[in-house]
Amino acid sequence: MEILMSIVVGVLFMVGTYLILTKSLLRVILGLMLLSHGAHLLLLTMAGLKQGAPPLLGEEAAAYADPLPQALILTAIVISFGVTAFMLVLAYRTYKEHKTDDLDKLRGSADE
Amino acid sequence: MTVLHWVTIAPFLLAILVPFFYKFARPIHTGWFVFVLPVVLFIYFLQQLPVISNGGNILYTVPWVPSLGINFTVYLDGLSLLFALLITGIGALVVLYSIYYLSKKTEAIHNFYVYLLMFMGAMLGVVISDNLIVLYVFWELTSLASSLLISYWFHREKSIYGAQKSMLITVFGGFAMLGGFCLLYVMTNTFSIRAIIEQADVIVGNPLFIPAMILVLLGAFTKSAQFPFHIWLPDAMEAPTPVSAYLHSATMVKAGIYLVARLTPVFGGVAEWFWIISAFGIVTLCWGSISAVRQKDLKSILAYSTISQLGLIMSLLGLGSASLYYGYGTDTTLYTTATLAAVFHLINHATFKGSLFMTVGIIDHETGTRDIRKLGGLMSIMPITFTISLIGLASMAGLPPFNGFLSKEMFFTGVLNASQLDIFNMQTWGMIFPVLAWIASVFTFVYCAIMFFKTFTGQFKPENYDVHVHEAPIGMLISPIILGSLVVVFGFFPNLLAYSLIEPAMAAILPGILPEGQQFYVNIYHWHGFNTELFMTIGVIAVGTFIYLTAKKWMQLSIYLKERDPLNRVYDGSLVGLIKGSQKVTSLQMTGLLRDYFAYMITFMIFMFAYTFIRYDVFAIDTVNVAGISPYIWVVTLVFIAATLAVPFINHRITAVIIVGVIGFLLALFFNIFRAPDLVLTQLLVETVMVVLLLLAFYHLPELRKEKFTPRFNGVNLLISIAVGIFVTATAFSSLALSNSNGLEPISHYFIENSYELAAGKNMVNVILVDFRGLDTLLEVLVLGIAALGVVTLIKLRMTGREDV
Repeated sequence: MEILMSIVVGVLFMVGTYLILTKSLLRVILGLMLLSHGAHLLLLTMAGLKQGAPPLLGEEAAAYADPLPQALILTAIVISFGVTAFMLVLAYRTYKEHKTDDLDKLRGSADE
Repeated sequence: MTVLHWVTIAPFLLAILVPFFYKFARPIHTGWFVFVLPVVLFIYFLQQLPVISNGGNILYTVPWVPSLGINFTVYLDGLSLLFALLITGIGALVVLYSIYYLSKKTEAIHNFYVYLLMFMGAMLGVVISDNLIVLYVFWELTSLASSLLISYWFHREKSIYGAQKSMLITVFGGFAMLGGFCLLYVMTNTFSIRAIIEQADVIVGNPLFIPAMILVLLGAFTKSAQFPFHIWLPDAMEAPTPVSAYLHSATMVKAGIYLVARLTPVFGGVAEWFWIISAFGIVTLCWGSISAVRQKDLKSILAYSTISQLGLIMSLLGLGSASLYYGYGTDTTLYTTATLAAVFHLINHATFKGSLFMTVGIIDHETGTRDIRKLGGLMSIMPITFTISLIGLASMAGLPPFNGFLSKEMFFTGVLNASQLDIFNMQTWGMIFPVLAWIASVFTFVYCAIMFFKTFTGQFKPENYDVHVHEAPIGMLISPIILGSLVVVFGFFPNLLAYSLIEPAMAAILPGILPEGQQFYVNIYHWHGFNTELFMTIGVIAVGTFIYLTAKKWMQLSIYLKERDPLNRVYDGSLVGLIKGSQKVTSLQMTGLLRDYFAYMITFMIFMFAYTFIRYDVFAIDTVNVAGISPYIWVVTLVFIAATLAVPFINHRITAVIIVGVIGFLLALFFNIFRAPDLVLTQLLVETVMVVLLLLAFYHLPELRKEKFTPRFNGVNLLISIAVGIFVTATAFSSLALSNSNGLEPISHYFIENSYELAAGKNMVNVILVDFRGLDTLLEVLVLGIAALGVVTLIKLRMTGREDV
């Protein structure tokens, strides 16, 4: 199971990297979203995907899934959500002001 | 703080007061206030003569940075006193001369005297300091003050060029020297020169010995304008003439000489030191004297002549260090002749070169030109200047009865003795020294003759000058007259300073050669009898005269057509090349494209990964849990991968939003499969909000364009992306295998056991978030708050009235 998830994470990282290397500002943001998905899934995978009950004490099970990485991922999801939302608005403003989303055209002038 | 400390920093203190004198005592030339200080200091140093000449010394320490072994230690022995007397004595004469040379009405003389005093203090610090770091600080201050003085007329382009050049070259050497000092500290664990000299025999075998020596010599050679670092000196002639006379003939350029002499007891006695210093000195001597002949400007001639004379002194110091190899013995006195000649010529050169610069300044001041093609026939118009020049030039050419003759004879004795040494391979190469020395002396004679005859003899042509030519005012003549008389006095009474100054100086350069209680016995004769040296001098005069008379013919040689030193092309070329090269590197690497910087970072990361994997052979794969995956999970996984791979190919924004949403929701499904109910909730919620946000924003965002596919560009990106994917997967595999094999238990048992007992909650994830690790949550809330504020700011705030942001 972990092997399979590692491959999924690899695919997410590959596509995310490809997207942030493209010219379109929107694709870069999509790439960052995929990269954060990859990171979250990697966190969960690395803690071990052993079978067990959900980390709720009411379940009265012999083994529980590890609660710590879940707490970490929860924090990471919220933070990446905030950052992504901010970036999206930033991209929107950039497009409104500069009338382009082509990163090749969003360069400083030569005399800077 | 003792008197000697105050003496060293007195020029700096006075320099602070100079602008006030300039502002509040306008009728009096500021130079008069400055003049007092070097005179007082000179008298102070004269009073130390009896102590020093009896073999004593003065040593005081004031702590500066004691924890690093850096103390302001002043140490006065024969060598320091000799230099201190030169600095203050010629300093006083130069200040006096400058009072008449620089007009208080048209020149910014307060700047001039501040820089000059700063230089004087720094130079005193260099020669009096016993601590290498303090010496270095003063050393760099002389470089700084020198550059400021060269660029005194800063509206002239050539002055700025000369100042920059001297700064670059001397500071380069200064840094190298600092490195050498640090290596000395590494070897001896002290910065004190005296303590290092005491350990001299310990460090000879050290592997750092040669690097330290070369670095220190780089400092000395750049400062003392030795080949090939001499090129800054001719361009430093853009400075006012008093500066040239003081810095670039008598004092600063001798700082390197001082350093070599001071450290001779440390490094001397080995073949490398002997050869490097002697060879560079003799090459500089020849190069300088040959180059001086082709100059058309009086100050340029003097600049190259200074270079060549410095080479002479340097080579003598190198040859004299051979006596350290022998130690005390009956032969030793034979080889110390070279050191004696070096010290004696040091004094002589300071006297005649100072006076020559001043007379050239007078000629420039009174005729408006220094070009020897325009000058001529000044003998009867400027009789006093003529007399002083005649004495100085005859002394420089090495003619009797002036002091230059004596030091030149001793120089010949030194090189002849050296050529008969049977150490350091001198048997095979020794004859080079007398031959080169003789050739250089011939050219020295020739340029002295050119300077003399072209300036003072021939027809006086008034139409060549813009001003009415007449003799200089008496005030301007006082200093050159004093220096010129010293040339004559030292010529007729060469032993005047022998006991009081030269012997202690030699004892400082070559300590431990003589048995306890004995002093060097110096006696300089005018008449040696008919020996080789005398015939060499006669040959110099004969051949020199011949060359001067036939000058018109061979001045057509290609090397003599160019006025500038060919080495300047190397310097200028390397500066231009450095600027162009760095611009090229910068423009190649700083493209301004975000994509390129991402690519650099990621590629570097990949190489680090690859290196670590290969170097430590850490790739491992643990196939324990591969089997037993249900078909349902396979389907979800394949759909997830397919959706992810589809994203780069989408060219419609709505489709992109939907596919990204699908990926997010599938991720939530994964969380569900892996038993993380809180994550499922959050992910679903966040993804929904995200999709809504994307849809809202996308309405205002541009349509996704089809990426133009160029094989090279996309190929490279594809390669980088695949490599990232592979390395992330490989790292995941390897660390999983590692965590399975190392048998470390997770700490989560604590949370599972205690979340109800300690925190009264059954949802472990929530308990961790708000109880066990509540601080994370607090700051995460802060992040959301800041993001929200940022979004509001971006949308609401508009700069108006400025650039359209």
